[in-house]
Amino acid sequence: MSIMEDIIVIGGGVIGAFIARNLSRYQLSVLVIEKQNDVGDVTSMANSAIVHSGYDPLPGTKKARFNVEGNAMFDEVCKDLDVEFDRCGSMTIATSEAQIETLRSLKERADQNHVPTELLSGEEARKLEKNLTPDCVGALLCPTAGVINPFNLVAHCFENALDNGVKLRLGEEVLGIEDKGESFLVKTSKGEYEAKAVVNAAGVKSEEIAKMMDPISWSIHARKGEYYVLDHYQEGFVNHVLFPLPSEKGKGILVTKTTSNNYLVGPSSEFVDDKDDLSTDVPTLSDVKRQASLLVPNIPFYEQIRVFAGLRATPSTHDFIIEPSPNHPRFINVAGIESPGLASSPAIGKYVVEELIGKILPLVEKPDYKKAVRPYYHPAKMSVEERDALIKSNPDFGEIVCNCEKVSVGEIKDILSRSVPCRTIKAVKKRTRAGFGKCQGGFCQPKVLLLLSEYFGVSPLDVLYDRDGSNILMEVSK
Amino acid sequence: METKDIVIIGGGSAGMAAAVAAYDKGIRDILVLERGNFLGGILNQCIHNGFGLNAFKEELTGPEFFYRFEEEMEKRGIAYELETNVTSITPDKKITYLNRSGCKEVQAKAIIMAAGCYERNAGAIGIPGDRPAGVITAGQAQLYLNEYGYLVGKKVFILGSGDIGLIMARRMTLEGAKVLGVAELCPYSNGLNRNIQQCLIDFGIPLYLSHTVTKVIGKSHLEAIEISQVDENKRPIKGTEQRFEVDTLLLSIGLIPNNDLLNKMGIPQSRSRGSVVNEHLETSIDGVFSCGNVLHVHDLADYVVDEGKTAGESAADYLQGNLPRHKETLKTVAGNGIGYVVPGEIDMENAPEKIAFKFRVRVPSKNVYIQYDFDGEVVKRIYKQTIIPSEMEIDRLPKSLFKKKQGTITVSLIAKEEAK
Repeated sequence: MSIMEDIIVIGGGVIGAFIARNLSRYQLSVLVIEKQNDVGDVTSMANSAIVHSGYDPLPGTKKARFNVEGNAMFDEVCKDLDVEFDRCGSMTIATSEAQIETLRSLKERADQNHVPTELLSGEEARKLEKNLTPDCVGALLCPTAGVINPFNLVAHCFENALDNGVKLRLGEEVLGIEDKGESFLVKTSKGEYEAKAVVNAAGVKSEEIAKMMDPISWSIHARKGEYYVLDHYQEGFVNHVLFPLPSEKGKGILVTKTTSNNYLVGPSSEFVDDKDDLSTDVPTLSDVKRQASLLVPNIPFYEQIRVFAGLRATPSTHDFIIEPSPNHPRFINVAGIESPGLASSPAIGKYVVEELIGKILPLVEKPDYKKAVRPYYHPAKMSVEERDALIKSNPDFGEIVCNCEKVSVGEIKDILSRSVPCRTIKAVKKRTRAGFGKCQGGFCQPKVLLLLSEYFGVSPLDVLYDRDGSNILMEVSK
Repeated sequence: METKDIVIIGGGSAGMAAAVAAYDKGIRDILVLERGNFLGGILNQCIHNGFGLNAFKEELTGPEFFYRFEEEMEKRGIAYELETNVTSITPDKKITYLNRSGCKEVQAKAIIMAAGCYERNAGAIGIPGDRPAGVITAGQAQLYLNEYGYLVGKKVFILGSGDIGLIMARRMTLEGAKVLGVAELCPYSNGLNRNIQQCLIDFGIPLYLSHTVTKVIGKSHLEAIEISQVDENKRPIKGTEQRFEVDTLLLSIGLIPNNDLLNKMGIPQSRSRGSVVNEHLETSIDGVFSCGNVLHVHDLADYVVDEGKTAGESAADYLQGNLPRHKETLKTVAGNGIGYVVPGEIDMENAPEKIAFKFRVRVPSKNVYIQYDFDGEVVKRIYKQTIIPSEMEIDRLPKSLFKKKQGTITVSLIAKEEAK
């Protein structure tokens, strides 16, 4: 017999994270079920890592509302969750007089959305961005846009939720949902759980989950985006998020810095049938390169350290779907959260809990709710004296595991001791950046693998890179 | 703040050779900082033999080779710290480093960068397809096997015919794995001939020249790869795809100098991806030297040692006031057919009677000349019957060939017919 929960949230991405965190304020029992072996392991980890300003969604849409509301929440959210966030601003670049007209209409849209913007001349734009194309004749500057560490946003958000009593099951796929009148029975690959309400935040698979409950009028298609990651070779190569003009395919191929001073170039935009297809290909990436060069002509692609692909959960409705299932008011779909989903996530989490769940379950605040996570260590930001003192108090902070990103054993052990499980090499990578650098784990992966093996008391052969079956080692040598 | 005459970053072959050479020129206040838990650097995992043929006329394993320098270090009582990581260097030579005993700053009078290199990996070349576990650099597989005692897979394909990949083809075969083949993008091998013979041919492992991996297949772990033949522009030819069911794809696609620390000091980079140095291996910053694989990737550890020795002696000269910097220098340029040239600059007033030019050619060539032009005039041609990219070339030319203190030396490869 399963325990009755108040709410089950299906999906451990950024949307599930903010819903869980908002729920954790109240006296409710909450269970989050995630198919992957880590939180934020699909769309939430493979995106542009941008908190958009909200200048381009059509006024009146959910996208416009939640983007603008969400954007405004990030300073506080990132302070509470100890997540790197840099409100560096974005610039949308025009390279012809005709495009200047489009910039003007985008500015009008921004005004309607109450997003502050400024039209710049080509010269003014190049003053801010020395590597910008000489063809730039104008730009729309959006000072409220920013870049964020999306990996830690999800992980720390869940950590805060778990610290406040939310439960999390990783590596469990939801296979079926049964309406039992007063409750729902959620069947997974590992067990059965019962809850009074269910939130479907299953990203690219939210259509499949929604259909387990009711026939629906919308569908979710996976739209793949491929990217290049460049090393942090030169500070200030670009200082803003640089966009071309948006098109029906989205915001276009952008060039941006990241919170770790890497540079990100992408994404492409192609629909794929397989909602699990994260492969990259040469023609697409070559096209990304070509288009990016129209914005920034001399991108040093020899500094490339990785390529990756992410999937957008693109809804047939062209807007976010945030509503109860047609015949089940206590089953709430939060689907089709494509861009600007990351920027919208804190506002969506708040809305879903306060406006939708508040109607079906009593929201009684917990007296002991803590809104912040235990502070993280940031040795790289410390003075020599502070770092020395930290190492003297715990020598693990003096033992560097990842040479490229300068990550110490101390930081990794701190992560492992926290409430959100971190059992795979990739989970460690996402939390600490160990393996994120130019050698891509060439030197540090064995050390991380052995740390995980030792910490969890499992054989090195059983340590996973990411998904089930992704073991790094096959057998003990002769 | 503590001061040191010389701080050497990296305790591998280059760093140790530099330390010993500086000591023998009278410098006593030396500190070697090594990130590993042993001296020797990457040679700790190179348990195959073939080291030292030039330096000692003997065939040694990697550990045997570097141990000779470790002994010399110990004999002289040269100080070193292990498991130590340098986090930053300022242009005025303040080094911040840390280890389990703390974090500190040291003011160096001279710095020798000897931090080695790292492997080009799947991310850097963006191999098409999925990104599962099981796609791993050859050196990393070597580390897992030789230092930790684990085999990463049993059915292996190798991309790139670099030496580490060839060595690992043999090593994994001996461990019971089946190596199905090696694909090389170029129409020639990029490894040493002796390794092609001893590691592939002797074990019946096919080498697919002008081939590359065009698809990685496997969502969580590698299941298969697809290779294709490439045309003269290195683009895959449709219809030539071959599929191999493998659990491991080893990458042996080149090495890159691990030169972040000097790059971040604003020191100009060479086409080798190391720093630009002069004939004494000194960078644009006075008293900062670079040597070994962090300067340019070498083919043999023996040459790394020679270069380390030069850097150590140069640093001693600098500290003893014998290496004044002059405004006028010659610049070198990698011309037609040449990948890079070390040194990038020559200070004629300091240069020794013979100047060593180190470079690699871009493609294998037969019956060619290496031509040295000085301000547009041919000053030297050296005939090479065969010359290949996998071998580093060293030409030692008399200083007297260059009769000015300023100018440009262009090194290029020309066909024998052209030379007439």
